[in-house]
Amino acid sequence: MIGAAMTFSRLLATLVVLLGALLVPAHAQTADTTLSPLVDALAPGSFKDRETAIAALVATEDLRVVPLLQTLADGDLYVGKTDAKVVFITGSGATLGRIDPVTAAELGEVPKADLEKVKVNNGLRRVIRTAIGQLTLLSDDPATRRSAAQSILRDADPANLELLDSGISAEADPAILQVMQTARAVLTLKTDATLEDKTAALPLVSAIGGRDALTLLTAALANAPDELKPAIQASIDGLARDRAVWDAAQNVWYGISLGSVLLLAAIGLAITFGVMGVINMAHGEMVMLGAYTTFVVQETIRRYSPELFDYSLAIALPLAFLITALIGIAIERGIIRWLYGRALETLLATWGISLILQQSVRSIFGPTNRLVGNPSWMSGSFDLGGLSITWSRLWIVIFALVVFVTLLLVLKRTALGLQMRAVTQNRRMASAMGIRTPFVDAMTFGLGSGVAGLAGVALSQIDNVSPNLGQGYIIDSFMVVVFGGVGNLWGTFVGALTLGIANKFLEPYVGAVLGKILILVLIILFIQRRPRGLFALKGRSVEA
Amino acid sequence: MTLVNRTLAGLGLGVAMTIGAIAVPAFAQDETIKVGVLHSLSGTMAISETTLKDTMLFLIDEQNKKGGLLGKQLEAAVVDPASDWPLFAEKARELIEVNDVVAVFGGWTSSSRKAVLPVFEELNSILFYPVQYEGEESQRNVFYTGAAPNQQAIPAVDYLMENEGVERWVLAGTDYVYPQTTNKILEQYLKDKGVAAEDIMINYTPFGHSDWQTIVTDIKNFGSAGKKTAVVSTINGDANVPFYKELANQGIKAEDIPVVAFSVGEEELAGFDTTPLVGHLAAWNYFQSVDTPENAAFIAAWQAFMNNPDKVTNDPMEAHVIGFNLWVQAVEKAGTTDTDAVLDAIIGLETPNLTGGIATMLPNHHITKPVLIGEIQADGQFEVVSESDLVPGDAWSDFLPESKVIEADWTAPISCGNYNTETKSCGGSTAVAAQ
Repeated sequence: MIGAAMTFSRLLATLVVLLGALLVPAHAQTADTTLSPLVDALAPGSFKDRETAIAALVATEDLRVVPLLQTLADGDLYVGKTDAKVVFITGSGATLGRIDPVTAAELGEVPKADLEKVKVNNGLRRVIRTAIGQLTLLSDDPATRRSAAQSILRDADPANLELLDSGISAEADPAILQVMQTARAVLTLKTDATLEDKTAALPLVSAIGGRDALTLLTAALANAPDELKPAIQASIDGLARDRAVWDAAQNVWYGISLGSVLLLAAIGLAITFGVMGVINMAHGEMVMLGAYTTFVVQETIRRYSPELFDYSLAIALPLAFLITALIGIAIERGIIRWLYGRALETLLATWGISLILQQSVRSIFGPTNRLVGNPSWMSGSFDLGGLSITWSRLWIVIFALVVFVTLLLVLKRTALGLQMRAVTQNRRMASAMGIRTPFVDAMTFGLGSGVAGLAGVALSQIDNVSPNLGQGYIIDSFMVVVFGGVGNLWGTFVGALTLGIANKFLEPYVGAVLGKILILVLIILFIQRRPRGLFALKGRSVEA
Repeated sequence: MTLVNRTLAGLGLGVAMTIGAIAVPAFAQDETIKVGVLHSLSGTMAISETTLKDTMLFLIDEQNKKGGLLGKQLEAAVVDPASDWPLFAEKARELIEVNDVVAVFGGWTSSSRKAVLPVFEELNSILFYPVQYEGEESQRNVFYTGAAPNQQAIPAVDYLMENEGVERWVLAGTDYVYPQTTNKILEQYLKDKGVAAEDIMINYTPFGHSDWQTIVTDIKNFGSAGKKTAVVSTINGDANVPFYKELANQGIKAEDIPVVAFSVGEEELAGFDTTPLVGHLAAWNYFQSVDTPENAAFIAAWQAFMNNPDKVTNDPMEAHVIGFNLWVQAVEKAGTTDTDAVLDAIIGLETPNLTGGIATMLPNHHITKPVLIGEIQADGQFEVVSESDLVPGDAWSDFLPESKVIEADWTAPISCGNYNTETKSCGGSTAVAAQ
């Protein structure tokens, strides 16, 4: 993965070199003998010295500097320990090939130990971003110009104003022109420009919208002329109002997302606890085993066919279901069935099982977190209006809904579901009607455990994959099931979403710690009023 | 074997055991010197502490290869306190009373340290505690080889102020004693530096918090006030992975809002892909990536011992290396493993650390350490971007009004863990310990 990233950045660097070579005639070309010492000056000294060296390089306006700086920002630029020469490297392993950044000549291979990385930090990365923006703003390639304009906009250094002006006068592409003009407006607010200029700049900056505009305007407010302050303040207020509305919407989304995680974790429990009345403390460990199944699947894929990585979760899902369902059935047949009707013993026995499972996983896989990667389609986020929605959360919400609907169908439309409901409502009568209740018990427990395994696959994407994974969810799961009403899937659904949203609305006001406590208090009060939860099950012998 | 024989043998064994129980100290010392290892091998903290147990076994093995100590072989007595704080106290007692260890290396969380303090005081044994902690403590029987707040938190904040120009601060932590005390110290320090109260946001989350969406959004909102913002994270252990995943997913780049963490090391980063996190920071006194001959030799020997070329090293491991070497030197200097003699001998001893400096045991039972600031790299390692001179550990923070006047000095004539420099008196229960 890292290798791939490095190859990619190198490819990019090469591309930029080629691009640079094409563009060279249009720009100043410094003699190699002048440029080389400037390049070598990048290595010695502190970060401050390196900043000076970058400024000197940028001053040459030589486009060969662009790939050089990009490589530096990526942390791929090296310097010889003995000859103090800054070089690009090729290959990996014990010996590395060297390439001269100025002449692009091969300098031969040296042992890795003879080279040292030219260090870069956040501050330098920012300086480099601006520098590359400055150097490429007048480039012939629209995409390069666009990203250059964007990085100048981000860094908002008033020194670039002149450069931007020449860029604007030469720009033909309206989209890029707009970015440049916005950048110009942002810079104008920062300078001592006249009141008219600043007033003209204000709407452009406000138009950026959202959090970014808020940041820029708040910063501008401090050193704005007094005449302009009310206008800026008005824009800030307007933006802040929009933000508040979007923040509320965002909170609802976060609540749904948390609710979907709770739903996934609890829905298996709703089946075992609801149908069978088994207080299954090992439920969390089923979730954990599902997550570890994902880990094993991903490891196998990484080793044998990395190209399948994006499908790893799809492969892990049925496997996780199967494995945890089988373990669930084994637990039911081996231990729990001897303890029916003895709630306390069941609780203790399943608690013991959960400890055994945790420690076995710890012994097999080690106590540290295991790396479960996000497939590319689950990484990053996208904006929807003023909302920012992360892909992983969106997929988990969808997945939770699919699991929920499937379970509903299984319970309502299949023979097994019918038998399960019969056993829930009146075990003895169901048995008298010829339903093999022990078989139904085993299948039900297997189904509940299998669904917990599915939840584990999803949770591996957002949480630690460690032996403790299950512990974090067990209390929440019981809370959801009890709140929603034991034995009712809809109750679990509504309960999970209610708790999720309530939690997320409390969090910004009272903090995460107090929020959790308040939720618990509310649930206790609620259970006092309605001991059977939101959706109490109606049956002739629910109590039995 | 006849019945009589068996009975006799049983009787003999019983007698031998009784004698053994009475005469254990003499008996054990004839054979080996026992060193206690008190790290959780199961439960929540196993994730961090198991490696430290292996580190101790490694160090003891290395020392035995060099011929042991005082002409005897060292032997590790390993117990598992199972991440359960009261059990730490019980197991510590078991190590000292039953296994007759002469020193114990162990503990991770502050709660586990606090739990064993009375045991070490009562039984007069020695504990080496290898993890960075909140300070405000110095006990006669404990050596703090991890960082005090002035050796980690304050230099990290200084770095962000000077190099990144940070003006607005989010102090985010897990809700327990270490983050709370550290944040209290930091808040006071920032205010002393002229940071306004509205530019500091303090946020606590429960242990194992896994839903960071709202808090990360809050951080983004807090960062949009037009001033450079940074997050100082004292988030503990398990909660870090979901936190960093959320940062990456919501696109918070280190160039915009850097996060500096005090509890995230190489081990924690092994759990996920760090490519989106490049540039976020951590402050420690050691990084695996530090390029010194001592460190290279240590890593090679450690990976060979563990038989795993991918095994990472981290800061608390280095603390154990330093603590162990100082203890070995002190025993050699004193010529005995007797607690009082070792306590006297160890003050002022020096040993090279793994980053090219010298660790000195100070009279306040803390050591000198360099402060390193590292940026996370794509390969899960840290690149050192700032390295300070050696900083002596300060047990009682100078930035809290109540502990400003308190110093710890375990040498004569003060011999006190919380000596009030104004009233010239030794306060609290540690006075009793000093006797």
